[in-house]
Amino acid sequence: MPDAATLEAVNIDQDQGNFSYPEDYAHDAGYGLNESTIDFISDVKGEADWIREFRKRALAVFESKPMPTHWASHDLENIVFENIRYYLAKGQRPTRSWDEVPDDVKQTFERLGIPEKERNYLAGVEAQFDSEAAYSNVKEELSKEGVIFVNSTEGLREHPDLFRRWFGKVIPTGDNKFSALNSAVFSGGSFIYVPPGVKVKHPLQAYFRINAENFGQFERTLIVVDEGAEVTYMEGCTAPKFETATLHSAVVELVAMKDAKIQYITVQNWSNNVFNLVTKRGLAHENAEIRWIDCNIGSRLTMKYPGVIMKGRKARGEVISIALANDGQHQDTGAKMIHAADETTSNIVAKSISVGSGRSTYRGQVHIPKHLKGCRNNTECDALLINSCSRTDTYPAITVRGNRHATQHEASVSQVSEEQIFYMRQRGLSEGEAMSLSVNGFVNDLVREFPMEYSVELKRLIDMEMEDSVG
Amino acid sequence: MNESLKIDNLHASVDGQPILKGLTLEVPKGEVHAIMGPNGSGKSTLAKVLAGHEDYGVTEGGVTLDGEDLLAMEVDERSRAGFFLAFQYPHEIPGVTNANFLRAARQARLPKGEEIDAVAFYREMYEKMDRLGMDRKFTGRSVNEGFSGGEKKRNEILQMMMLEPKYAVLDETDSGLDIDALKIVAEGVNAMRSPERAFLVITHYQRLLDYIVPDVVHVLHNGRIIHTGGKELALELEEKGYDWITKEPVAA
Repeated sequence: MPDAATLEAVNIDQDQGNFSYPEDYAHDAGYGLNESTIDFISDVKGEADWIREFRKRALAVFESKPMPTHWASHDLENIVFENIRYYLAKGQRPTRSWDEVPDDVKQTFERLGIPEKERNYLAGVEAQFDSEAAYSNVKEELSKEGVIFVNSTEGLREHPDLFRRWFGKVIPTGDNKFSALNSAVFSGGSFIYVPPGVKVKHPLQAYFRINAENFGQFERTLIVVDEGAEVTYMEGCTAPKFETATLHSAVVELVAMKDAKIQYITVQNWSNNVFNLVTKRGLAHENAEIRWIDCNIGSRLTMKYPGVIMKGRKARGEVISIALANDGQHQDTGAKMIHAADETTSNIVAKSISVGSGRSTYRGQVHIPKHLKGCRNNTECDALLINSCSRTDTYPAITVRGNRHATQHEASVSQVSEEQIFYMRQRGLSEGEAMSLSVNGFVNDLVREFPMEYSVELKRLIDMEMEDSVG
Repeated sequence: MNESLKIDNLHASVDGQPILKGLTLEVPKGEVHAIMGPNGSGKSTLAKVLAGHEDYGVTEGGVTLDGEDLLAMEVDERSRAGFFLAFQYPHEIPGVTNANFLRAARQARLPKGEEIDAVAFYREMYEKMDRLGMDRKFTGRSVNEGFSGGEKKRNEILQMMMLEPKYAVLDETDSGLDIDALKIVAEGVNAMRSPERAFLVITHYQRLLDYIVPDVVHVLHNGRIIHTGGKELALELEEKGYDWITKEPVAA
C-alpha cells in the first residue's frame, strides 16, 4: 500500500505543472450546462447559426446518453456536471507574438518551456489557456506553402468550407457521451490543413493548459492532410493540482487523403485529479498512413482509445501507446482499428506500467470484415506491475471474418521483481534509480518512436515518477 | 587501520530459520580466501547477508569493511563503499542494455552533477570485454537476457572489472561454466588481484581453485567455519570429501 512517502512523492511528480495564476476572465459561462451555456459560448465566439444548432443537437445527445459504466469505471459517476465551468476566456484573440500574450499566460507557458521549444525545433506552436488559444504561430515558409495551423475557433471563422467538410465526420456527435459533450461545448484545439504534396518537416505543436479550478477543457482538433502531404503534430497537456476534480474531454479527428501521412504524438502529464476522457480517431484513405503515438502519465482517470478507420486500399494505421498509472490513478487506454478496405494494415503496441495502487486497463478493438481480403493486424500489449497491489486488465476484442487475412496477438504481464531490484542495487543504484531504469527498459523500444526531444522529456517524466514513488 | 573484510560471530536467519551460527573470518586486503562447504552449509546465505538482501535477518554479530559497519549500510551504499557480489544466478534486466546498466552503475559513484566521460567509458568497457573474450554485441543486449550460463558469469566479471571493488565475493561463479569459460573468468579475477583488493571465493568444487589460487581456504559447515588452512586444503577436500572434517569434533 502507498505509504506517506509514496503519497507525498506522487504529489511532487506533477510539480512542473503545479502552479496557477489568479483568475481574470472577461468571459465566464458560469457553472453548469444548459442551452443558455451554449448560447453564451456561441455569442462570445460570434459563431454561424449552423454551429450553434450543431452544439444544441449535441447537448440533447449528451443528455440522452447514459454514462458508459456498464463497461467502464464507476469513477465516472463522480463527475458532477453542474459543478463544472464550461467556458473561460480572457476575450483576446491569439497573438502571433509572445510579447503580446498577457503576462500571467505568458509566464505560464514560459515556465513550461514552450517558447524555448518553439525556437529550438518546432515549425509552429499553438498554446491554449483554458478555453481559448493565447498564442498561435506557424513558420512563415509553411504559411507560404498554404499550410494552415490555427485554433478551431479561427478555423471555423476563416476556413468554414474546409472545416465543415470534415468536422464531425470521423467522430460523429453521438459516438459516445463525451464526444457529444465536446460537440456541445467545444472551444479551442487546433485546425490544420496541409495542401497536396507538402511535407512539413518539423513538428507542429499544441499545448493545452488548464489554469482555473472546476474548469472543463473541451478542445476540438481537426487535421486534414491532403494527397501525398505529411505532418507530425504533437500535443502536451498539464494542469495545476486543485482540490476538486477537473474535466478534460477532447475530440480529435484526423483525415489523411490518398498517400498522406499523419503522425500524432501526445505526451500528457495531467495532475492526478483530472478526468481525461478523450475521443481520437483518424480516417485513412488509399495508401495513407496514420500513426498515434500516445503517452499517458498522470490524471485520475484517463479513457482514451485512439483509432484508425482504414477506408482506402493499402491504408495503414498504427497506435503506439505508453501508460503509467501511479497511486490512485487509472489509465484505461487502448486502440481501435477498423479495416474497411482490402490490403489494409494495422499495428498496435501498448505498454502499461502500474505503480503502487495504480491500475491500467488495455481495451483493443480490431475489426476486419468478411468481404475484404489481404488485411493484417498485429497487436501486442505488455503490462508491467511494480508492486504487488498494482493492477492490470486486458480486454482485446479482435473480430476477423473471412480467411484471407493475417492477425497476430501477443500479450504479457511482468513484474519488476524484488530480486531484480536487489541485483541492480548491488551494483550501486539507489532503489529509485533501479526502478526508473527498469521502467525505462520496459518502454525503451517504444520511446525510440518518439522524436528525440520528446523521448528525452518522456524519460525525464518516467524518472520523476519512479524515483519519487519509492520514497 | 583495519584494511579488511571482517566477519565476527555472524548469526543470520531466513524465515526464522537460523542458517549462519557464529561465522567468523577475516579477509585482509591483498588476499584471496576461498570458502568451501557441502550443500546447505550456508555459503550462499553468507553472500546474500553480506550484500544486504532483506530476506536474511542478522540476529547477532557484525561485519566491517575497512572498519566501517557494513550491516548498517543500504544495499546500494555497500556497493558504492566498494563491496561487490558476483551472483550465483545473475538477474535479467529486460530492455536495459549492458552498456547503459554499467554506465548507470558508474554514474551512481560520481558526485551529484558530475557526468561520466562517455568516450573514455566505452573505450575502457571494450578493452575489458576483449580481455574476457566477450563480443562487442553484448554492449547493446539487455543485461543477461537470453545469455547462456557462461555468458552471464562472464558478464558478472565484466561488471566487477568495471566497478573495481575493494572487496569482491564470488558466489559459485564456477557453477555452469565449461572449462574454457572457467579459465577466462579466472584470468579476469587474477588480473584484478592487487594489494588494494581482496576476494572471497565461494565454491562447491575445488576445480575453480586450480585457476584462482587462494591464500587461505575455509570450510563452512552448519553455519560456522570449522576448518581453515592453506591452498592444499582444497585438494584434500576434493580427494577425501567433507566427512572427515564435519564428523570431527570441532576444536574450541
